[in-house]
Amino acid sequence: MSEPNTDYALRAHNVTKRFPGVIANDSVDFTLRKGEIHALLGENGAGKSTLMNVIYGLYTPEEGEIYVDGQRVTIQDPNDAIARGIGMVHQHFMLVPVFTVTENIVLGSEVTRGPTLDMSTARRRIRELSEEFGLPVDPRAVVEDLPVGVQQRVEIVKALYRNARILVLDEPTAVLTPQEADDLFQVMRQLTERGVSIIFITHKLKEVLAVADRITVMRRGKVVGTTTPEESGEQELAAMMVGREVLLQVEKEPARPQDLVLQVNNLSVRDERGVQAVRDVSFEVRAGEVLGIAGVQGNGQTELAEVLTGLRPAEKGQVLLEGKEMPFNNPRYLIEHGLAHIPEDRQKHGLVLPYSVADNLVLCTYYRRPFSRGIQRNDQPILKNALDLIEKYDVRTPGPLVPAGNLSGGNQQKVIVARELSRPVHLLIANQPTRGLDVGSIEFIHKRIIEERDEGVGVLLISAELDEILALADRIAVIYHGRLVTTMPATEATREKLGLLMAGSSLEEVEEEPQPL
Amino acid sequence: MEVAVEQPGRINQYVRRYWLWLIVGAVIVVVIGYGYTVNPRTTRAVLSATLRQSTPLVLGALCGLWGERAGVINIGIEGQMLMAAFTGFLVNVYTSNLLLAVGAAALTGALLGLLLAFMSVTLKMDQIIGGTVINILAFGLTGYFYQQGLTTAGKLQPIALGPLADIPLLGEVLFQNPPITYLTLLLVALSHYVLYYTRWGLRTRAVGEHPRAADTVGINVYQVRYINVIAGGALAGLAGAFLTLEAVGSFERMMTNGRGFLALAIMIFGKWTPLGAWAAALFIGLTYALNTQFQFLGWNVPPQFVGLLPYLSTIIVLAGLVGRARPPAADGVPYEKE
Repeated sequence: MSEPNTDYALRAHNVTKRFPGVIANDSVDFTLRKGEIHALLGENGAGKSTLMNVIYGLYTPEEGEIYVDGQRVTIQDPNDAIARGIGMVHQHFMLVPVFTVTENIVLGSEVTRGPTLDMSTARRRIRELSEEFGLPVDPRAVVEDLPVGVQQRVEIVKALYRNARILVLDEPTAVLTPQEADDLFQVMRQLTERGVSIIFITHKLKEVLAVADRITVMRRGKVVGTTTPEESGEQELAAMMVGREVLLQVEKEPARPQDLVLQVNNLSVRDERGVQAVRDVSFEVRAGEVLGIAGVQGNGQTELAEVLTGLRPAEKGQVLLEGKEMPFNNPRYLIEHGLAHIPEDRQKHGLVLPYSVADNLVLCTYYRRPFSRGIQRNDQPILKNALDLIEKYDVRTPGPLVPAGNLSGGNQQKVIVARELSRPVHLLIANQPTRGLDVGSIEFIHKRIIEERDEGVGVLLISAELDEILALADRIAVIYHGRLVTTMPATEATREKLGLLMAGSSLEEVEEEPQPL
Repeated sequence: MEVAVEQPGRINQYVRRYWLWLIVGAVIVVVIGYGYTVNPRTTRAVLSATLRQSTPLVLGALCGLWGERAGVINIGIEGQMLMAAFTGFLVNVYTSNLLLAVGAAALTGALLGLLLAFMSVTLKMDQIIGGTVINILAFGLTGYFYQQGLTTAGKLQPIALGPLADIPLLGEVLFQNPPITYLTLLLVALSHYVLYYTRWGLRTRAVGEHPRAADTVGINVYQVRYINVIAGGALAGLAGAFLTLEAVGSFERMMTNGRGFLALAIMIFGKWTPLGAWAAALFIGLTYALNTQFQFLGWNVPPQFVGLLPYLSTIIVLAGLVGRARPPAADGVPYEKE
């Protein structure tokens, strides 16, 4: 395959960026052709973000050159990048919530008449752009009132307003429903038709295959290779990312559900603002099965998990744990009655980051024998427990006395899983158990969850990742605006069906419509 | 089509949004008019005193506002005012040049603003501690260097603004004032304009709400914070100048008497907006003016009760009883570049 040199919108050559103790980018070469969607794929810490921050002027590399349209450029800060036509949509949106759409878009590139801001000219320009690129936004709307999908459009218009010809999208689908993601892909193709070149950063293999023209895979600061969707499938890409063969499909036998472990009857919960976040929800989990709750983040999953794990009072309703009514707001009772919890935010609710790995591993049991005698703790059993679990769960840590905060995300999650599953457990509540983890850790945690199921534990899995739900769950419920829309056996579920339900369609609507694909 | 619909619609919108304030305004006009027909002398005295009392408060509130809108909490306003009042007074004593004295006061406030910006933006110190440092510094220095028996050539005198000053009541209250009072009214309007209608204001608000977003579009967060805190310091310095160069003409220990803290309460009462702060300062000024009149009339309202009002109203505002007051999201949070 011949590659004409002049067609590159952007070329990074031999870029090296070091941080104390790590080489985040090691002689990286990366090219972006005009009008293509080039996916940059890699696990967390592979160096994708570092490379993009170099291109956007947030980091200065030790070595290497950047070429825009064939010309060598130095980019020292975002202003330089913007001036060269490089725009970036960050994973966490860089929008001021209380500002209007127009204020957000013009910020830093304001139009003025005399000293006064000229907002009407700006609004006209925004309307033109949104028409030209098919990105409808209301210039007068206040950003915090807009759904995330629209906020993302605002971010894209913001980049186009600065005449971006090269657009970097950092994990853009993390906050979207599958349908919103499809809309985004549509928009991305429209942009490329109008000459915009796009770098699409992600770790989701399906999306890459669906939308990218070319794919570059990074691992440990190096480029592993560049390929196309025609040449490589999911399996190969995953292997390139991780550096070994990966089981994408969890191997599992059909479930053998037994007695009821968890029964939830007409549960309603309010969030801290007093808004009803969970509305009249009822479901049950049996021993030996996985009930998956699918839904876009922020539809009441957090509050539901908090109530079931004793962290939040319920407004009304009843929860039975193995047939006995469960007290609300009493985590220790629940832990002692066989509840294991993998919380949504591992750093805030899962671990005490400054504590050692060993102490984190006894957070639920420190007050009991053998870890304590009376009011005194017993260091030897705590240390022995830590060494056993570190080995059994393959936690990569320099030692048991290292603060948990020093570990990587995947290893932090393994510490939590080790702690929660090393006691007698009847019910496991796992909320987003693999969020932000690399493929290898995901594989490990999925395997552990299925093992627990097969040993007769009831599992409630809450996740916004459809792949995860489809891979693990035996029955699937969809949550939307605090209500459980429906519950179905996993065998009847498809990505499309779940995606529509997650976006608020009713089951009848979904089944009436002929399914695309 | 859009234009034709927009005009009456917008007026309706304003009426719907500000109906409470329209009613309040109407009531105030009626009350003042009634007062003037019954007792012109007292009405005039109360209104003049209201304006006078509110001047240092609104200047202090603007100082706090410019800092907090950019994300820096300034509880050192009291110290900035006190130190500025002191240097302004000294310059007046030794040069008898009032203009120079006012300039020295504003400069003192600005320099203390620079100190606060250095501590909170560059050193990323806890901003409450930084403000406290300034207060302690000012109390200590002014207390130590204060000498009794210094006399000055004079203080800033009222300037009548030609025919405007002859309008009954309005002219007497508004257009026969000394210069810092006029300047304050201008500064309120200017602050409103700059904050909401200029590039600088937009960037300031962005830095106070979401500094990283501002950073990614190439705005220098540190620079915006420095400039706002220093400019705010100059405003607090003017408040100090008002005390020693316009209102009293001499300096006393701790003469700011809590006005700097009160100004912060007023800023919150005014929901972090210049016009709101001005209205709140006038309200507090009115309570002081009425208190004085009550004493003339022999009504014995304890002054402590009146002194309580501003803090009480702040609590009411913060409790959300008069609509929602929301501080800038990044208020008080040092910004770390990645």
